[in-house]
Amino acid sequence: MSNPLISARGLTKKFGDFTAVDAVDFDVAKGESFGLLGPNGAGKSTIMRVLAATSQRTSGTVEILGKDPELFGPLVRAHLGVVPQQDNLDGELTVTENLYIYGRYFGLSKKFISNKIEELLEFAQLEEKRDVKVEALSGGMKRRLTIARGLVSEPDILLLDEPTTGLDPQARHILWDRLFRLKEQGVTLVLTTHFMDEAEQLCDRLVVMDKGSIMAEGSPASLIKQYSSKEVLEVRFGSDRNKEVAPQLATMCERMETLPDRILMYTEDGEKLLEKITHAGMHATTSLVRRSSLEDVFLRLTGRTLIE
Amino acid sequence: MSNAVDIAMSRKSTAMYAGRPQVLLERGWLAFRSTNWVPVVTGFVEPVLFLLAFGYGMGNLVGDVTTGSKTIDYTLFIAPGLLANSAMNGAIYDSTWNVFWKLNESKLYKTMLSTPLGPLDIALGEITWALIRGLVYSIGFLTVVTALGLTPSFWAILAIPAASLVAFGFASFGMAITSYFKTYQQMGFINFVLLPMTLFSGSLYPISVYPDWLEKIIMALPLWHGIELVRAFWFGEVNSGVFVHISYFVVMIAIGLFVTSRRLRALFLR
Ligand SMILES: Nc1ncnc2c1ncn2[C@@H]1O[C@H](COP(=O)(O)OP(=O)(O)OP(=O)(O)O)[C@@H](O)[C@H]1O
Ligand SMILES: [Mg+2]
Repeated sequence: MSNPLISARGLTKKFGDFTAVDAVDFDVAKGESFGLLGPNGAGKSTIMRVLAATSQRTSGTVEILGKDPELFGPLVRAHLGVVPQQDNLDGELTVTENLYIYGRYFGLSKKFISNKIEELLEFAQLEEKRDVKVEALSGGMKRRLTIARGLVSEPDILLLDEPTTGLDPQARHILWDRLFRLKEQGVTLVLTTHFMDEAEQLCDRLVVMDKGSIMAEGSPASLIKQYSSKEVLEVRFGSDRNKEVAPQLATMCERMETLPDRILMYTEDGEKLLEKITHAGMHATTSLVRRSSLEDVFLRLTGRTLIE
Repeated sequence: MSNAVDIAMSRKSTAMYAGRPQVLLERGWLAFRSTNWVPVVTGFVEPVLFLLAFGYGMGNLVGDVTTGSKTIDYTLFIAPGLLANSAMNGAIYDSTWNVFWKLNESKLYKTMLSTPLGPLDIALGEITWALIRGLVYSIGFLTVVTALGLTPSFWAILAIPAASLVAFGFASFGMAITSYFKTYQQMGFINFVLLPMTLFSGSLYPISVYPDWLEKIIMALPLWHGIELVRAFWFGEVNSGVFVHISYFVVMIAIGLFVTSRRLRALFLR
């Protein structure tokens, strides 16, 4: 990648003896939307904090717009809009005061911020709560306010750590729409998520992480192509019989995953495989043929399913 | 390039400082507007109560006090000492308990450090806020004292800048110490130190009554320097001793600022 906006080489972060992020390399281009996927504890938030210039790496190099965030903290942070995994609103202030003072931390003028506040309140759908102390907001409203707050400085890089966790479906779609529009304007997005549909929707490119290392990297489509088959046949035989039939099924497809409640069979043609199974005298109680998704890639690479 | 970036560039920000400590004052004011006023008022009333109880109560028993070459009315003697105390109380309240809360419970500083603000902005801003409270307390106290007819001359107004220096010193040092505390028990230690210091530092009687060794200990403590400094301006007796007191506070401020900003970095930019 020529002239990446963000670049990490051998990025390592240890907490005592424990290695949370283990020699990770990646680049993010300007205007790109880059995703970090991985199970709990994979090291996603740790990477986000290093990029946000609020955590010092143990070794390796990181450059954001050509600058080391450890040496130019305030300057690097001036480019960033940060939405941390845990909301960290100012509990002593109201909704508008939170947006206002956060803009002031960036040195923005009062006039600029007061125009911005109206726009952000509308985006966060918090117009009716504008003068309410943030302690009195619901979990999802706090999340929306945290996201809106991250946009107050019109950042050119947005770091979003599980932005939609806790949002209702409508709010999620509003956010996706907003992020699309920001991307069109050239804003670079780095996000983590546990929702595979979100990753497929939003990310141009993503990495799948596990235990501090990158397992795979690519666009959602190329990852699916590389790590999964075209189709997936999901069959259920009832929880007791699933185990019994598994060995026989395994011989009939390229790859198979036995989950507690169902069996996933990876194949190029799901319908044909189902016929074959029925022909062999096994009758699934339910069956479903679908296209492979990022979920399957994730399962293959990390051995874990996602709890949605 | 966005607005925020231009601002950061024009300020020549470093890793420690974005040149914007005043936004901490703005935030302090927003939060203060809707705050519970009771602790604010008690902090102010306390030295006034001391003045009334000791000045008029004890004063009747004690009569006059002789310090150095002067013999003065007891109430007049304790007024500047209590002014220094008042400045200290105001500064300590904000720089210890409030800072502790923002460090450990609300994590406000952590949030601020995820914006372009640097640790030195936070240290300077918070200490200035605490200093302002100390200043407001001392002005309030001076007003009461003047209303009671206890100010020796117009020059007593110079005791106000002296009291702000005292407040600055305590605010800075208080925040530095608080940045090391993790539990409420440890915070109790601050009161454990403050109470005897308040009682023994010579606001209520000259420390010459002590045995030599105790006098030396008291003279090493900041409040004694604060009281002597304020008293010198109060009575218009500015001599070379004043420079010692001023230097004491300048060093205290410098150490406090240095330690606080380093600690904030160690705590939140690991
Ligand atoms: N401050 C810390 N001190 C010690 N260990 C930490 C600290 N922060 C994170 N870790 C450890 O580092 C590992 C990675 O944590 P991290 O928060 O980056 O995971 P994550 O991928 O964001 O997970 P999740 O999906 O649950 O948010 C975990 O094992 C965690 O326990
Ligand atoms: Mg996380």
